[in-house]
Amino acid sequence: MQHLEVRELSLAFGGVQALRKVSIDAARGGITAVIGPNGAGKTSLFNAISGFYRPQAGSVWLDGEDISALKPPRRAALGLARTFQNIALFRGMTVLDNIKLGAHVRTRTGLLSALWYLGPARNEEIRIREEIERRVIDFLEIDHIRRQPVASLPYGLQKRVELARALAMQPKVLMLDEPVAGMNREEKEDMARFILDVREQWDVTVLMVEHDMGMVMDICDHVHVLNFGEVIAAGKPAEVQADPEVIRAYLGAGDAETLRRRIRGEAGAA
Amino acid sequence: MRIGSPKQSYAADEALFRTPTQWTWFGILLVSLALYPFMADQYWLYLACLISINIISATGLNILTGYTGQVSLGQAAFMGVGAYTVAWLDTHTGAPFFVNLLAGAGMATVAGVIFGLPSLRVKGLYLAIATIAASFILQFVFINWESVTRGMRGMNIDPPQVMGTALADPDQFYWLVVPIMVVMVLGAANLFRTRIGRAFIAIRDRDISASVLGIHLPTYKLMSFAIASFYAGMAGGLWAYFFGAINPESFPLLMSIFLLAAIIVGGMGTILGGILGAIFMTLTPEALRYGVDLLSPFIEDASVILSPVRTMVFGLLIVGFLLFEPHGLAEIWRRVRRFFHLWPFRN
Repeated sequence: MQHLEVRELSLAFGGVQALRKVSIDAARGGITAVIGPNGAGKTSLFNAISGFYRPQAGSVWLDGEDISALKPPRRAALGLARTFQNIALFRGMTVLDNIKLGAHVRTRTGLLSALWYLGPARNEEIRIREEIERRVIDFLEIDHIRRQPVASLPYGLQKRVELARALAMQPKVLMLDEPVAGMNREEKEDMARFILDVREQWDVTVLMVEHDMGMVMDICDHVHVLNFGEVIAAGKPAEVQADPEVIRAYLGAGDAETLRRRIRGEAGAA
Repeated sequence: MRIGSPKQSYAADEALFRTPTQWTWFGILLVSLALYPFMADQYWLYLACLISINIISATGLNILTGYTGQVSLGQAAFMGVGAYTVAWLDTHTGAPFFVNLLAGAGMATVAGVIFGLPSLRVKGLYLAIATIAASFILQFVFINWESVTRGMRGMNIDPPQVMGTALADPDQFYWLVVPIMVVMVLGAANLFRTRIGRAFIAIRDRDISASVLGIHLPTYKLMSFAIASFYAGMAGGLWAYFFGAINPESFPLLMSIFLLAAIIVGGMGTILGGILGAIFMTLTPEALRYGVDLLSPFIEDASVILSPVRTMVFGLLIVGFLLFEPHGLAEIWRRVRRFFHLWPFRN
């Protein structure tokens, strides 16, 4: 069954058609990737799904419910979590406070009890803290940095904290925008392992945008390829990899010989 | 050197003061606050009351500007709303002072939420300009709504009565204003241990991710304005009781700038910053005046020559803080603490 579904989404900024009737879906409990060359519209698609952009046409469905009209915080409350391509942590806070913010939608403390930190506020804070320690911080192996300000952390760890913050929401669908961009090999392997573990242990549907083909081929169940705002292929990683359309989108030419001739500027090369 | 402070429960790790040292210092602070009136003269008690009022207002502004990132130049105007409400209630109803103070803070909260509405659309400098508008509009109301505010003539307020005693002098007023200040500062400190305070910081640091995490920005921005103006209203009410008379010029735009400077000098986004900033901004002009008095026997016409110098030195100090200590006095305090934690080892 499809957990997250995007139907015929079209999005334009002025004259630029960022997305053209894009339909993708993410199967429950699966890891789905959206790939495509730079400027294909991947991040626009993510922003439309999380509610920042208002598409001109089309709809977004979560768990069989149409969420197209909802604002981002409402979508978050329904279980849609995401990370950003260029890390969007709260730089003035510690790792722990950043992660606690993930639990915001699941907490209820009101202003009056917050000001005195009495009863409900206190109980809720401690409950959230315990839960985060047990389920998120231990799980992502970031217990050594919990009191550090996020701004002082290396890039790879910041990405991990962002994942932690998203997990603290206990989301149903987790959207990852380039989770391993700019990482070294070891960090990438760690992140890939975490993503697989998240699927195993958290019962979460993962939808990600990624440029690293190795990782996409290794861990994804399903891939959608976007080019110039259109879905040009979809299927299992191996099928997509072999698709001539996809190769053309990435390389621009049909075969290596044509390309070589074009570079030499020979006549007759199309 | 302090080596770690082991804790057995998350409750202990989430506490406001996490180490015995912190508790000790907090205890010492409370005891000194309680003993202070027995040792200081009226002038120093007057300063203490004034500082406390400024701390309340600066802490409120710090919640809004330092923590939530919404620049506001309306804080003094909201103090004015609190002060006028207290004055009106005092003159017309004779309700107990505490009711008046709460009503004043409540009225200021309403004004704060209304004038906070532009924050839903604009940020940064634009919001600062929008809040200046609040300042001018409220000023206009104070001057022209004569039936309530008595216009430029201003209003007189009797000192608050506690069990038949009038708290007229600083040594009596101290016992009203300092406890209120302590409670309100602790309230602010608590706020930032909970989800609401964290949501404020999130809005300041990265509002887009805040909304992805389910934080409804309009609600929290207005809540921040409400809290800040509640603090302002309380400070304004106390101000009215303390000075016994208010007029439309009691709460000028300059006072809002003064409060903004206080949190910048003290350290934006730290509770300690609001406190230290208010102390610094209140005491420095006094200290400079004292300096001028000291020099006057040696220089002819010292007060004439040196009073502009005093203003300039004050300005230079603020610029100096922006340049050399952008995180404010609170950061200096943190460094001092760190030094003692690590002593006798460096780094």
